This record gives sequence, C-alpha cells and structure tokens, in this order.
Amino acid sequence: MLAPSAGHIGILHEHRRAVLRHAGLVGVIVLVCFGALWLTGFFDAQRLIEGGPALGQLASEMVPPDFSRWRAWVGPLVDTLAMSIAGTALAIVISLPLALLAAPNTSPNFAVSQSCRLILSALRSVPELIMGIVFVAAVGFGALPGVLALALHSTGMVGKFYAEAIEHVDPRPLEAARAAGASRFQVITHAVLPQVLPQLADITIYRWEYHFRASTVLGIVGAGGIGFELIAALRVIRYDQVSAILITILLCVVVVDSLGAWLRKQLK
Amino acid sequence: MIRTEQAEVVYPNGTRALAATSLTFAPGAFTVLLGPSGAGKSTLLRSLNGLVRLTAGKVVAEEADDLREPHALRRHRRRTGMVFQQHQLIGRATVLANVLTGRLGYHSGLRTLLPFSATEKRRALDAVARVGLIEYALRRCDQLSGGQQQRVGIARALVQEPALILADEPVASLDPATAERVLSLLHGICKADGIAAVVSLHQLEFARRFADRIVGLAKGAVVFDGSPSKLGRAETLRIYGAEPADNDEDSEEPLQLKTGTHA
Repeated sequence: MLAPSAGHIGILHEHRRAVLRHAGLVGVIVLVCFGALWLTGFFDAQRLIEGGPALGQLASEMVPPDFSRWRAWVGPLVDTLAMSIAGTALAIVISLPLALLAAPNTSPNFAVSQSCRLILSALRSVPELIMGIVFVAAVGFGALPGVLALALHSTGMVGKFYAEAIEHVDPRPLEAARAAGASRFQVITHAVLPQVLPQLADITIYRWEYHFRASTVLGIVGAGGIGFELIAALRVIRYDQVSAILITILLCVVVVDSLGAWLRKQLK
Repeated sequence: MIRTEQAEVVYPNGTRALAATSLTFAPGAFTVLLGPSGAGKSTLLRSLNGLVRLTAGKVVAEEADDLREPHALRRHRRRTGMVFQQHQLIGRATVLANVLTGRLGYHSGLRTLLPFSATEKRRALDAVARVGLIEYALRRCDQLSGGQQQRVGIARALVQEPALILADEPVASLDPATAERVLSLLHGICKADGIAAVVSLHQLEFARRFADRIVGLAKGAVVFDGSPSKLGRAETLRIYGAEPADNDEDSEEPLQLKTGTHA
C-alpha cells in the first residue's frame, strides 16, 4: 500500500505541466492553420458558392471522355516514358559521384563535401518547370529539354538522398577494408557501395516513378510528351479530351508505380 | 618481425592512450595483450597497422621502415590480417564476398573495378573451408551466428596470406564455449602457418593456455612482459590493479582504471 508522498505529488505536477505545454502547442498550430486558410481566401463564402456551379459545368463538359484521338497519344506517351527513364539514368550518373564527394565519410575533405552539398541544394532549389523553360529556350521543343530538366533537378534530390544513405553506412567494415590495405577508392567500391546499393536502388526507383508524373507537367512548357497533348486540348477547350488524357495518364502512372514496386522487391 | 620504437599515442582530448612503448614481436610468436578496458590494448594493436596514428615514435615492420609512408603502410597492411571484436563484416554480403575483401590490398587502381580472379576466389574458398564454413560460402553473413561470423573474420585475415595477424578482443562477444573454439582455431592456424599473432584478450585462462608471451598493459604502459609461466598473482595485480575474477569474460574492471589517464 503506497501513501501519496511529496515526491509523487511533485511528479504529478511535472506531468500536468508537460500535458499543458503540449496542449498549448497544438492550439497554436491549429490557430496558424486557420490563419493561413483565411489569408488565402478560403473563408470567402461568396466565391466558393459561385465556384460550385462553374466546377459542375466543367465536370459535365468532361464527360463522356473522348478517346477518339488515342492513336495520336501513343507516340507522346512513349516519349514521356522514355523521358522519365532517360532523366533517371542521367540523374544517377551525375548524382553518385557528387554524393560520394558530399558524404563526410567518403569525401576527401570538408571543403569538397560542403561545396558538393551546395551544388546539390542549388540544383534542387530550381523547380524542374523553370529548368524546362530554360532548356526549351536553349535546345528547342521536344523531349530533350524535358530530360535535361528532370535529370538536373533530380540530381539535387537524388544526390542528397544518396549522400545521406552513404553517410549512415556501418563504419566498421570500412575500417576492416582499410586494415587489409584497401585504398580510399577500394573502400568505396567494396565496403561502402555493397552496404547501400539496395537503398540507392530504392531511391532511384521512387525517383523514376516521380519522373513519369513530372514529365507530363513538363510537356506544358513545350518539353514534349503527353503533357504537350494535354495543354493542347486545354487550349482548344476540349474538356472531354482533357479528361480522356488525364485518365490515360492515371492508368500509366498506376502501371509505372506497380512496375517500380515490383523492381524494388527484386532488388531487396 | 614488427617492432615499436618509443611509440606514443596521445588523443586530441589529451588522453595518453599509449605511453612511449618499445616492443618487438618475433615471427611466428603468439602474443597476448592483457589489461583492463582503457589500458591501451586496442590503441597498441591499431598502431601496429596504422589505423591509429602515433603522436611520437614509430613502428617498423618487415616491409615498411616507417608506417607513416603511405606506400609502405599499404604494403604492410596487405600482409597484416586483422580480426575485430565485432567482426566488422558487411552483413548483407555473402561469406565469400566478405572474405574476398581481404585481397583488396593486392589490387591497384582500376583493377578494382573488375571482378576478383578465379585464383583469388579459389584461395578465398580455401580460407573459408579452413575455418569450417565451406557449406555457408554463399550465405549472407548476417544469417550466421556470432561464432561463425568471427570465423569469417579469420578467413578474411587468412586470405591476405599474412605474416602477422592482429586480433582485437576476438572472442569478447562470444559465449565461453564458442570463444574457446574460435580462439583455438585462430591459434592452430597461426601455429601451423607460422603466422605471428598479437591478440588482446580479457580471459586470463585463455592467455595462459595459448600465449607464447604475455604483455600486460595498465594505463597505457607495459607493466608485464614475459612468458605465461611468469604471470603470477603479483603480476596480475599490477596489470589489473585488483584481483580479477578469473574465467569471467564480462568482468568489469576496477572503476579507477576505466577513467584512463587524463594528463
């Protein structure tokens, strides 16, 4: 039988203070969310009420979807798929060396590591849509500017994730390889990479799935693929074709994602 | 033959892990390092293959006049196998792949990017067979027991065709029966091949049984150096600062010694 002691009461007080602190924090977060919704005009009932019918009108024009031009979409779809694969391949080739130079445990020194990190953040801070516009201006319309935009923006992301995976490898096999006389390069090829390959594959496959979705958007700025067809249908106000293209893209995304999931399983 | 000349290691935080030490390790001899945690056993072992850099003095080896010279260090390391307490294998790689990393010191530059040669693979399999794991050669290392993993560690050292094997508490993470088997395997191989070994241990009983020579360390300095028969109660007291519980690999060392030597 325990009598409530002074110590227990102290602990309970401490506990109540912690609970109150948490509640206060949650309250602040909720307030900030409402503030953001208000600032962006979400509580403007008038606009929302008027928007409803307009949305309904648009939706009604979207059905039934018009698939009659499907033959014209096959080529652009293949382009989009090719863009996503080519963009991923290029991203790997640029990311891996940058990641190895950026990760503190494989980088030759602090300055190199920091400058590679800077390059990676710079690449990822430019949205691929902006890169797409720049590359369309540089090399003209088509899939090529799309691939370059995807690869370069993704290098910033993929390189960062690669570097993080490399940074967290078990250092002990690295020491064992060094003890056996392995050079810095051999430590990377035979002690670092064997540990992280499944993770690198995982990151890469996710990125490929993302590339497929992103390359449809890139078509909007003239970087080829199915996105180009989508924006063309929007421009001539053929919402029934727009919905048909969107359904087609959705189906392809499902196929690409499940292919990615299957690949990941194989590489585990 | 490898020797240290006034080898001293002071860590950046000021801890003197190894006081100026001069020791010579003869070819083919099985030397056991004894001492409480923090006595400098690991530091001494790791200075013998340059994993720890000396702050003063030097290490002289057969193929390397001075381990501070990178090429000499590499030549020395490839003939020096190392067995670690935590075996330090790549868990998701196969036994064979792990053992083959012991051959890296013999490869240079771009040769690394090509697969290991058939001869090297056969040699690696020989080493795997020698530690009794041939039926596990293509198994992932993380599927093996602790004792088996340590055998892989020994095979990785063996495939280097070493003149010297350094073992840093190779059986400290194993149960007593497995520890005994792994240590006698290591001892048997070193004796059969004439490989010199420097092995740090916790267990006095193992040291007395396997060692040709025992080096006792306390607070980074050598306090005993001689044959096992000369290691009596007084000498043990000098190494551990107290009567150790014999045959207890988990025996925690006296507290005043664990803090090390803060200069």
